[in-house]
Amino acid sequence: MTTKNSVRLGTEPGTVARWVILGVVGVVFAFPMLAMVEFTFRDGLSGGHTLDHWTGLLSEDAARTYRNLFTAIGNSLLLAVVTVGIVLVVLLPTMILVHLQFPRLRRVLEFVCIIPITVPAIVLVVGLAPVYSVVVEVFGGSIWTLAFAYGITVLPYAYRAIQSNLDAVDVITLSEAGRTLSANWGRVLWHVLLPNLKRGVLAASFISVAVVLGEFTIASLLNRVNLQTALLQVGQSDPYVAIIFALLALLLAFVLLLSIGRIGRSRRTGSES
Amino acid sequence: MTLTAPTRTLTAEPGSGATVELRGVVKNYGSMQALSGIDLAMAPGEFVALLGPSGCGKTTALRALSGLETVDAGSILIDGVDVASTPTNKRDIGMVFQSYSLFPHMTVTENVEFGLRMRRVPKASRRERAGEALEMVGLGAHGTRFAHQLSGGQQQRVALARALVTRPRVLLLDEPLSALDAKVRVQLREEIRRITRDLGITTVFVTHDQEEALAIADRVAVMRAGRIEQIGTPRDLYATPVNPFVADFVGLTSRVPGRLVGGEVVVYGTALPLLGEPQPDGPVMALIRPEDVVLADAGDPDVIEATVVESSFLGSLRRTRFELPDGATLSVQHDVGDHPQAGERAYLRLKRNAVAASAIPTEKSAT
Repeated sequence: MTTKNSVRLGTEPGTVARWVILGVVGVVFAFPMLAMVEFTFRDGLSGGHTLDHWTGLLSEDAARTYRNLFTAIGNSLLLAVVTVGIVLVVLLPTMILVHLQFPRLRRVLEFVCIIPITVPAIVLVVGLAPVYSVVVEVFGGSIWTLAFAYGITVLPYAYRAIQSNLDAVDVITLSEAGRTLSANWGRVLWHVLLPNLKRGVLAASFISVAVVLGEFTIASLLNRVNLQTALLQVGQSDPYVAIIFALLALLLAFVLLLSIGRIGRSRRTGSES
Repeated sequence: MTLTAPTRTLTAEPGSGATVELRGVVKNYGSMQALSGIDLAMAPGEFVALLGPSGCGKTTALRALSGLETVDAGSILIDGVDVASTPTNKRDIGMVFQSYSLFPHMTVTENVEFGLRMRRVPKASRRERAGEALEMVGLGAHGTRFAHQLSGGQQQRVALARALVTRPRVLLLDEPLSALDAKVRVQLREEIRRITRDLGITTVFVTHDQEEALAIADRVAVMRAGRIEQIGTPRDLYATPVNPFVADFVGLTSRVPGRLVGGEVVVYGTALPLLGEPQPDGPVMALIRPEDVVLADAGDPDVIEATVVESSFLGSLRRTRFELPDGATLSVQHDVGDHPQAGERAYLRLKRNAVAASAIPTEKSAT
């Protein structure tokens, strides 16, 4: 029996409840980050605060002192770009093809794409190590080859982001409409499907970037240098700088994720009512 | 939202409609045969409706014609050229889908221009032709809107303009009205008919609504289980259905038991001519249309005693369902002046119009 004040299951929380939930979650996330920020201003064990750790990054010899760290940032950005490239060139067309032409394979594709989330990174590395001995033979030992492994680790996140967009848009009818209007498959993909999958594609790309920037285990165990392995190394000699760069990486990931929800809205809302 | 009347039309190009022919088209989905050797020939500018229940193959036939489905056997000829292996984008067709298929990221004008853009028509010409097409469907002032800012009827009008702006040889309509409300359906179907007639474009219209098919088409093809049961003008189909399925599907009919004797169907003592092929004498199920039964008085000859079950007011007429002594029910269409009440006793008389009938399997034939 329900009463006037009873709460039914499945109803959306009210405005106040939403803000409370958001506030609690925000505090949980913000607290360690604020602690990190505070830490970067500490003046050793003196108990005071200073800007020296931040301004030191702009000094003339910073480039030399933190050369490895800057190299690692470059490596991670390169890995992010290649990983996103793998998502866009391999995963996205595959998902569209399966959705349009081979719907029976959808469950198989989903299973394959979700598997990496169930496998711990350290276990993944055990499998990847012999594979990488071949990869090195074929492609050399360049850092970008690590993107093959990252392409696997980002699969579950990228798959979900793209699939939810595919489910929300009637891509079958839209592509058929495009074809009856004289567009070949390439033009259907470019002019019809991709604009309507923009949010999913951007979300997949940004989440991939965030995952790559935060990845440590695979790079470390395969003896590659990326942002996280370099931060660990720097952290052993200068923990303040390590935390500063960790914060900046977090900030970049945060901005990327925030922009997922923003991009693509203005066009859909239209200019005229 | 009201639908404004169109003010202009696209220029009709003489002879722009193409001949369309399906010859022995077969389509299988695994072990299921969706099309079992369809034959259909259409003259230029003709409007043909494919009518049938769900799963009869009407949409498959349309999609085969469009190239969205490949066929396993047979030929599809447009203006005498076999296009069975030609990809959809090269068949020069226009198509309107059941679900609103407007591109959501484009404005109305951009949607209508899309086909012209794919054909690399210069921008100025595209704008002019898109504007003309939108005027034709009465949406000239809505060019800057997006699909989600339009009603369902308006979206389908835009889809129609988009399909016609390239001046295709054949227009294919896949249940374009089924998602719309009743009033808009009637308005839009009349408009579709007027526009296609003005343009002289050959049109195939798929629907499961017999009233829609009969109202809009030059000819109607009634389909069942991947075959065309009968094709003819709406009047032919209604007046002379070739079998009980067509009779049942094209019009609201009541099924009552009767007996076939010497080529006539005897129903409650009244002998009625048999429609279609001659059948052997024996028990049959006769299909009686509501307009073939009239209300009578107790003293009239050959009357059937019945009890009123329910009566519906349909505006210009009334339709009442009666229960007969043997438990069968009979629908009757009659004047609104008569308003029988449920449970009342009444008397009916059958007009001596031809009826369709199907044999009832006897115990012997069933075993």
